[in-house]
Amino acid sequence: MSLQLLVQLIVSGLGMGFIFALIAIGLTLIYGVMNVVNFAHGEFLMIAMYASYLAYATWGADPLWTLPLVACAMFAFGIAVYYLLVRRVLRGSMTSQIFATFGLMVFLQALAQFLMGADYFAIRESRLSGVVEAASIALPVPQLAAAAGAGLATAVLYWIVFRTRTGRTLRAAAQDRQAAATLGIDVDRTYALAWGMGAACVGVAGSLLSNFYYVFPRVGAVFVLVAYVVVALGGFGSIHGALVAGVLIGLLQVVAGFFVSSQLKFVPVYLLYLLVVLIRPHGLYGRM
Amino acid sequence: MGIGRMWTAVAVAGLVCSAGLPLRAAEPVRIGALYPLSGQAAKSGEDTLNGIRLAVDIVNNRYPDLKLPLAGGEGLPGVGGAKIELIAADHQGSPETGAAEAERLIVQRKVAALIGAFHSSVAATSSQVAERLGVPYISGESEATPLTERGFKWFFRTTPSSRTQARDFFTFLREVNKTAAHRVQTIAIVHENTLWGQEFAKSAEDYFPEYGEFKLAINLGYQQGTTDVSSEVQRLIALKPDVVFHASYDAEAILFARTYKQFNFAPQGIMAIGAAFGSSAFRDALGSDASFFVVRDHWSRDLAARHPAVAQVAKMYRERYGKDMDGTPARAFTAMMTLADAINRAGSTDPEKIRAALAATNLAATQLIMPWDGVKFDAKGQNVLTGAIFIQTQEGTPKLVWPASLASAKLVWPRPAWR
Repeated sequence: MSLQLLVQLIVSGLGMGFIFALIAIGLTLIYGVMNVVNFAHGEFLMIAMYASYLAYATWGADPLWTLPLVACAMFAFGIAVYYLLVRRVLRGSMTSQIFATFGLMVFLQALAQFLMGADYFAIRESRLSGVVEAASIALPVPQLAAAAGAGLATAVLYWIVFRTRTGRTLRAAAQDRQAAATLGIDVDRTYALAWGMGAACVGVAGSLLSNFYYVFPRVGAVFVLVAYVVVALGGFGSIHGALVAGVLIGLLQVVAGFFVSSQLKFVPVYLLYLLVVLIRPHGLYGRM
Repeated sequence: MGIGRMWTAVAVAGLVCSAGLPLRAAEPVRIGALYPLSGQAAKSGEDTLNGIRLAVDIVNNRYPDLKLPLAGGEGLPGVGGAKIELIAADHQGSPETGAAEAERLIVQRKVAALIGAFHSSVAATSSQVAERLGVPYISGESEATPLTERGFKWFFRTTPSSRTQARDFFTFLREVNKTAAHRVQTIAIVHENTLWGQEFAKSAEDYFPEYGEFKLAINLGYQQGTTDVSSEVQRLIALKPDVVFHASYDAEAILFARTYKQFNFAPQGIMAIGAAFGSSAFRDALGSDASFFVVRDHWSRDLAARHPAVAQVAKMYRERYGKDMDGTPARAFTAMMTLADAINRAGSTDPEKIRAALAATNLAATQLIMPWDGVKFDAKGQNVLTGAIFIQTQEGTPKLVWPASLASAKLVWPRPAWR
């Protein structure tokens, strides 16, 4: 076991971990503010990845440059989904909310397969491909960029949620919808904002991911399953929780895959999850 | 109602009936196709089904220039010129869904035979349903050895099993060791952990005593549909095997190849079973990095030198479905042609007669687009006349590099460093 190997494992783990975290933060933000689980979250990721890929394939635009555009476009897409779909079912029962986003998931997957086919598409050469050598340790650039980019995006999100007026209204609407409304907060607008920000998070994640992962209609399912575990482990609605749990799971699966068995690499992850849920049913940072 | 009108009605009814008669005489033969058309393997399922669609079209319509059985005429002459109607069902890669769909096709759609199922795990459950209900089941690409070890009466397989295929890897390496300067000694097996991958890994492992010059470095299974394989690749790097044997589907083939390059893992050769490491999707996704993987394949366009029909079928596939044919659609195509030949000889859609005709199948090498000696089933329903080729992608095109008698390019061994 060399130092080189350990560092490479940790970098890969951090890269995946921050991606998991960023996807989960989007999910938990929407849930935290309005108690709706977005089952189509993985498909938002898929759309962002297709957008990055198509920009690359059509205009040769590097995912690094299209990242802000994809994030903005996804922000708009999230808001559109809120106004066109989610707002209408908010008055309905919990079940209809579940079915609405679940239906959106099925629809978007089928739409992607219809428009793009079931093929795998991958970006071949981007600015963020290859490796950097540091002290004779080869570090893959896409994973480093994923860790850095996702870390940065999380920091920006923290700043918005905890340091700005907009963030305060978000948190107010999350704590008590009616009280927030009486104090003059436009709750409807705040909800739309949560959807926009949640979608922008997966926009960034999808853009970073497209540097090293292929896109296909079901790619969302691969990542979002882990994201649900991240959200539950970190505590529903908690941004800190999603960040910590995402990085933890990313590292754990790489390390377990190396030292234990690659077939069982997610077993320690789910064991940890079970353990946390047994001891702290509301997750690491969740509120009761 | 006047008398005149009534006569008209009778006349019209008579016309309709008489027009209906010849149609009924050649009622289409319904065949159920079980493939993954959504889910993880949707892309492979689509490509494979397209191979079958092409075979059905060749049987149903007139292609006088194509020198394959049943291509020259329309439909199945043995069954009164009946055409084949293909009914596709989506099993999503799930064995339970596959079994349910098989039952639906047989009971509700009254299919005369089933073809499927890409995933060996799905072929296992769906062929069980066919066995119970007494309907012939042919598989052109589900490779797990146990499928034909069950001794089913209604199950037939044209493709070689994974055990036969695993042996080809050792034969190949033994020959490489005779010619190349670098001797191959240690081998790592990397496989996905559904039935197909496990079966290949087990078969390959069983050959090590027989081929004593090779040592197993590690048998590494991974979860299909994984997000990341860096820990797997790190384990390989730590062990430095001379050769890696891969059993992976399309998605993880791309993921592994990228991760190998990323960590600069460069064994003498990376060999693979199944078409994933030589598929067009793989080449599109990886560009020049797709080169030098050695794939034990079933089919190649280079076989056109042996039989002109290969090039014709490949061209038709390309024109129709907008992508190049590869080993899996070619094998599915062959299974469908074999089934059509059997139904034609059976002269009926009676399941028992089709089964007997399948069991008596004896197709020659010249009647196939495959590098095989023919199609002939043993008592367990396994084709015993299969053969192997090895393909290596060079400069963006897959080249046939082994056996030497069919080769169109020279094998590059050991593989050059990543660029």
